[in-house]
This record gives sequence, C-alpha cells and structure tokens, in this order.
Amino acid sequence: MPFGNTHNNFKLNYKVEDEFPDLSKHNNHMAKVLTKELYGKIRDRQTPSGYTLDDVIQTGVDNPGHPFIMTVGCVAGDEESYEVFKDLLDPIISDRHGGYKPTDKHVTDLNFENLKGGDDLDPAYVLSSRVRTGRSIKGFTLPPHNSRGERRGIEKLSVEALTSLDGEFKGKYYPLKSMTDAEQDQLINDHFLFDKPVSPLLTCAGMARDWPDGRGIMHNDNKTFLVWVNEEDHLRVISMQQGGNMREVFKRFCVGLKKIEEIFKKHGHGFMWNEHLGYILTCPSNLGTGLRGGVHVKLPKLSVHAKFDEILSRLRLQKRGTGGVDTASVGGVFDISNADRLGSSEVAQVQLVVDGVKLMVEMEKKLEKGEAIDSMIPAQK
Amino acid sequence: NTHHTMKLKYDSDQEYPDLSKHNNHMAKILTPAMYENLRSKETPSGFTLDDVIQTGIDNPGHPFIMTVGCVAGDEEAYEVFKELLDPVIEDRHGGYKPSDKHKTDINPDNLKGGDDLDSDYVLSSRVRTGRSVRGFCLPPHCSRGERRAVEQLSIEALDSLSGDLQGKYYALKNMSDAEQQQLIDDHFLFDKPVSPLLLASGMGRDWPDARGIWHNDNKTFLVWVNEEDHLRVISMQKGGNTKEVFNRFCTGLTKIETLFKERKHGFMWNEHLGYVLTCPSNLGTGLRAGVHVKLPNLSKNAKFEDILKKLRLQKRGTGGVDTAAVGGVFDISNADRLGFSEVELVQMVVDGVRLMVEMEKKLEKGESIDNVMPAQK
Repeated sequence: MPFGNTHNNFKLNYKVEDEFPDLSKHNNHMAKVLTKELYGKIRDRQTPSGYTLDDVIQTGVDNPGHPFIMTVGCVAGDEESYEVFKDLLDPIISDRHGGYKPTDKHVTDLNFENLKGGDDLDPAYVLSSRVRTGRSIKGFTLPPHNSRGERRGIEKLSVEALTSLDGEFKGKYYPLKSMTDAEQDQLINDHFLFDKPVSPLLTCAGMARDWPDGRGIMHNDNKTFLVWVNEEDHLRVISMQQGGNMREVFKRFCVGLKKIEEIFKKHGHGFMWNEHLGYILTCPSNLGTGLRGGVHVKLPKLSVHAKFDEILSRLRLQKRGTGGVDTASVGGVFDISNADRLGSSEVAQVQLVVDGVKLMVEMEKKLEKGEAIDSMIPAQK
Repeated sequence: NTHHTMKLKYDSDQEYPDLSKHNNHMAKILTPAMYENLRSKETPSGFTLDDVIQTGIDNPGHPFIMTVGCVAGDEEAYEVFKELLDPVIEDRHGGYKPSDKHKTDINPDNLKGGDDLDSDYVLSSRVRTGRSVRGFCLPPHCSRGERRAVEQLSIEALDSLSGDLQGKYYALKNMSDAEQQQLIDDHFLFDKPVSPLLLASGMGRDWPDARGIWHNDNKTFLVWVNEEDHLRVISMQKGGNTKEVFNRFCTGLTKIETLFKERKHGFMWNEHLGYVLTCPSNLGTGLRAGVHVKLPNLSKNAKFEDILKKLRLQKRGTGGVDTAAVGGVFDISNADRLGFSEVELVQMVVDGVRLMVEMEKKLEKGESIDNVMPAQK
C-alpha cells in the first residue's frame, strides 16, 4: 500500500489503544468484527510481501459505511493475507457469506452443461444477460498492494493470453492509457468499461495508484466477451449479450475462462484458488466463485409489490439499478443477480438466477393481468 | 506498494513510473537513473521513494499550474532523498542551492509600517504558517498513535495560552455540521480532504481522527491540527492592519514553540531548510501572508501579472488556492517561502499591496500608472 502508515516502523512503539482506530461511527463488516484485543494480537504481523493489518483495514477505517448498506471494510493485498489475518477475515467471511465456516469446503463447477434450461427467458422482459467473475494470478500481489512492475507483469501476461484466443473469442486489447475519450465513453455506454476509480471504497484501499498504468480492456470482436485488466482484481471476466439467453452467456463464460486459465498455467502463473475459499479475490465478498450472474429485466409491477424484497430474499437474489452497484433502477428495469458467492458452485448460482428470473417474469405477467401472485411465492432456497 | 518487499525483484525500468503526460516538479526532475539509485532506500521510519512520489504520479498536473508532485513523510526524507528533493527545491524556490542557508526572523518589531493599509480596499489581512513537531512522522506517513499524540501535545500547549490568545480546541470528530459550516464560512476551518493531491499522498487517512481546530475567543488566532501539516498557525482580522496581524502571529508562535520545547518536542527546523514541512513548497518560513483586496481596475490592467511578479507576489481567488476572484476582490500574498525571512516576506506584502492600492486609486481617476511601476524585488 502506498500509504506508508503501514510500514511506519514507529507505530509499534505506541500502545494498542493509541493505534486502534475509532470505529464508533462505523457500520461495516470489519468494524463489527475488529476489537481492540484482536487488533493488539495481530497488528505486528505481515505477509511475505509486507502487507499489514493496517493495510487490510484502512478502507474500512476511512469509509464508515451506511446504516443500510453493509460494506466489507477490508481487502486482501495478496493470497497470504487470508491466512496471516485469518483471525479477522474468517469471522468476516462467515458473517458475509451466510455462516461459512473456516472448515468448510467450496465447490467449483464451471461445466456449463450442468445448467438446466436458461435459454428461454422472455426477451420482452429480459433485456440483457451477463455473467462476470474475477481471477487473481498466482505469483503477484493484489491491486491494493501491487507495485507498478507487478501490475505491468500482469498486463503483459494477460495480453499474451487474451490475444491468443480465437474463434468467437478473437479480439483486441485496449490499454487505458492509449484510449481516446470517445472510445472510452462508448465502452462505458455499452456497459463494457470499468469506471475511473472515484469510489472512496477503492481509492482508500490504494487500488487507484498509478492510474491508468497497466490497466486495460480486452473484448472480442462481437463484444460479447470482455476482460478487464487490473481494476479491482487482476482480471474481471465478463460474458454478456442482449436478450434472455443466459445459457449461451454462461457457456461462453465457462469456455472462455477455461481457455484463459490454460494459457496462464502454461506460463507458470495459474489462478489463485484453494479448496476452502475457492477463487481468491481482492475483496472478501467475492471469494468462492466471484460470480455475479444477472439480467436486466422489466419488472415495473412486481418491483412495487409489497413482497418484492421477500421474494428476492427467498430466491437468493439481489436487485441493483441498471448502472450497477449503488445505482437506482430506471423505468422499472432492474439488475437481478445471485446474492451468493461462496459455498455454492458457479452452476448452482447461475441456476438460481435462471430459475428465479423465470418465476419473477411469470409473476410480472400475472400482475399485468390483475391476478394475484400469492400462490407463486417461492420457498426459501 | 511502498513496503512491498517484492518490488525490488523487478528491474528499475519495470518499476519506473510513466511520467510522459506529467507536468509537475517531481516529473521534471526524476530520471530512471535517479529512481534506480533511490528506490531501495528508506528513512528510519520506513518512508520510501515511492511514498515520496506517489502523489505526483497520480496527479499528472496541469499545463499552467506547476504542482510539486512529492511530499516528505518525516524530517529525514529531505536528507535520504536529497538527490530528488534538492533539485525540486531549487526549481521551486528560485534557484535555492543545497549549500544555501535560510534565515528565520519572527521579530515583529522589524516590520516597517503595515498598520496603514486602506481598509476601503484591503478587506482583511492574514498570515499563516505551518509547523512540524519533532519526533513524529508527517501527515502522509504518521500512524494513528502518532497523530493522536501530536493532537494531545497541541491541546496541552494551546490550552495554556492566555490573554488575547485564550481559546478553545474543537475536535473535528465532535463538531456539529452547523459549527463546521460556520467555521468554513468564516474562512477558519480546513476542508475535508477532497483534493486528489492530498488524498493520493495518504493525508486523508483515518479522517477525522485527531484532527481539529483551536481558536482564541476573538477568532483572530487559529491553529489547525493534523491537516496537511502537524500544525497550521493563522493570525487574521478584518481590515488592513497587517502589522497587528503579524504581531499576534509572532507572539503566538513564539509562545507555542516554547510550550512544545518544554515537552521535549520542539519544531522541526534546520539552518538549510528552515522550518521543515510536508510539502517542499512550504519549506523555509512556510509563511503565506496576504490580504483580500479590491482591485477591479488594476486586475484588468495589461501589466497586472507583471506588477505582481516584480513585487514577488501572487494572486488567488478569495476561496484560497485554485479558486477564482469574485467581484474584483483578490487574495494577494507573498510568492516566496524559502530564502527570505518572515519579516522580509511580510514586508513585501505590506509594501506591494500599498503600492497596488495607490495604482488602483489612480486608475479609478483615469490616471496612468506607468510612472509608478516597481523594479524587480
């Protein structure tokens, strides 16, 4: 982390209570879990690359949170963070991921054939479908902590891997620093590009350092498969298209990911993964599958129904506005996606989206006809 | 990134920042060879070259405004990274050489005049400086424990002031929004950090922990604690009596310094750089003395910029640095910080503003100002 606070050699001369952050106005997972005692216990530890507890928690200290939105409030700087700071991160992971225990094992399933259906969501309602995940590359530290040399190393490897893809994945890499403003705006409008980091959640964790050095986007010629390089994770992989054929989107996602993973492995830099946490990513909220599979769907009537949030909760889905996280819905169109990341597989999570959205579209149609939907309210998944 | 143990495994070329679109002092001075030389060094507290320059990498600058692009994390940074910082200092401070000595003079009796600037034109007068407390790292690098200790020491020192300087400390984290807004409107309070120049160097960390403002009952003497420097000391009042402002400034500063020394934490100072502050632009006196002055005619005159330059003054809008002038009212202050004493800098402001007000009056009467143009100071 660039903020030398972390490697301030003198801070250990101060008592724990003098260094312990003031979290009295805070509402995030880190603030819920971190006590003075815990801070005292692990404050002098560091990972082999030099990442410290203060690095992990700085973003949560600087961003007190919101009474209604529970942010995570901590990040990993490398793979080892999850081990060295497990005293803090295990309880946070448990809290965030529905009680996931330190002894639990996570199942990875990227075999698209295991998905049932998903090719028949009504495009009159389901405007677009998208699946994204993140991947971290072994042998490099993560975006809050990586040096320019590392970040460029990741970019170089990524460009080699991605530009060697063929068939429907054939495409081109656009480094952010060479992109024109017009290209960039177009990519943002197409929902393809990541934002310049303005969110204090990201900037306080050091993820914007040296921007736009080493950052870029690759997409295939069809613009249905995209990879973001060096944003909040080393790689963000996205498959998307207009309409409701989530099955096709997921197939492309799985096939593309596998191809990319093989190439990285050949270069001696596979993806960070372990059998407890699945895919290792920067934010503890994205562990496991790191997968968000979702649709933009028109639900003007269902969304104002008293039971909407309850239905989402039972279906293990969440809603967002069409601008992504922390935006509002426009014209009754919602972004509906899986709420879970860890403890269930990719196939299982996309299945929840496919089945849940199908049900909600049926509910919407009933409400249009003035019919009740009480008999359709699902059981808790 | 700074205490990234693995980055030294990468070649210097691989780690060297891309400064091709940059316009700041750091980008002008830093070379790959210099980067290679300095990148494995650190100060005793652990501040590294990447720490020094991060803000300059993340803020490419502006074609017209030359920012510094680097900060110090402790007193030793100016020594450990002198290969970079000496040329930056020289460039920024009019050719100040590594062998030059800086004189400090905060004896207000040495100021001539300054009590007679026309209050119809000079709306307010202000003198500010910064001070760093020895034994603690600076705002880009200090830990919460250090920052709180600086706050604690400051409160003890300031609470013991009396008479005209008697006052009270307001911790930022206990201040109501209303109090805060009032203080901002009175030009008393420092901004919540939104400037990427400050944020990128880590000065916003843990906000608002251990930040606060102390002011005397009269609201003419203020101290900011733990913003961009450990202490910012400000004396101000309405009208044009800059002498009185400077008197109070010197008296207050001297008293505060005595109190800090008694607690074995004097101010960072050396005979080469004067007072040591976070930003290399504030070395020396760290002093900005200025007035808000109405110059609607002079400011439109073709020679305005040249006059300012000759007088060694600079203009800002009335919101402070990087704001625009409103209603022909400008903030006029000394341009220099290092290589001149406090008295000398305030003298330049006093003499220069007096001259510019005379010029303004002439222009109002339709008279020319050609025969009162100053020589280069």
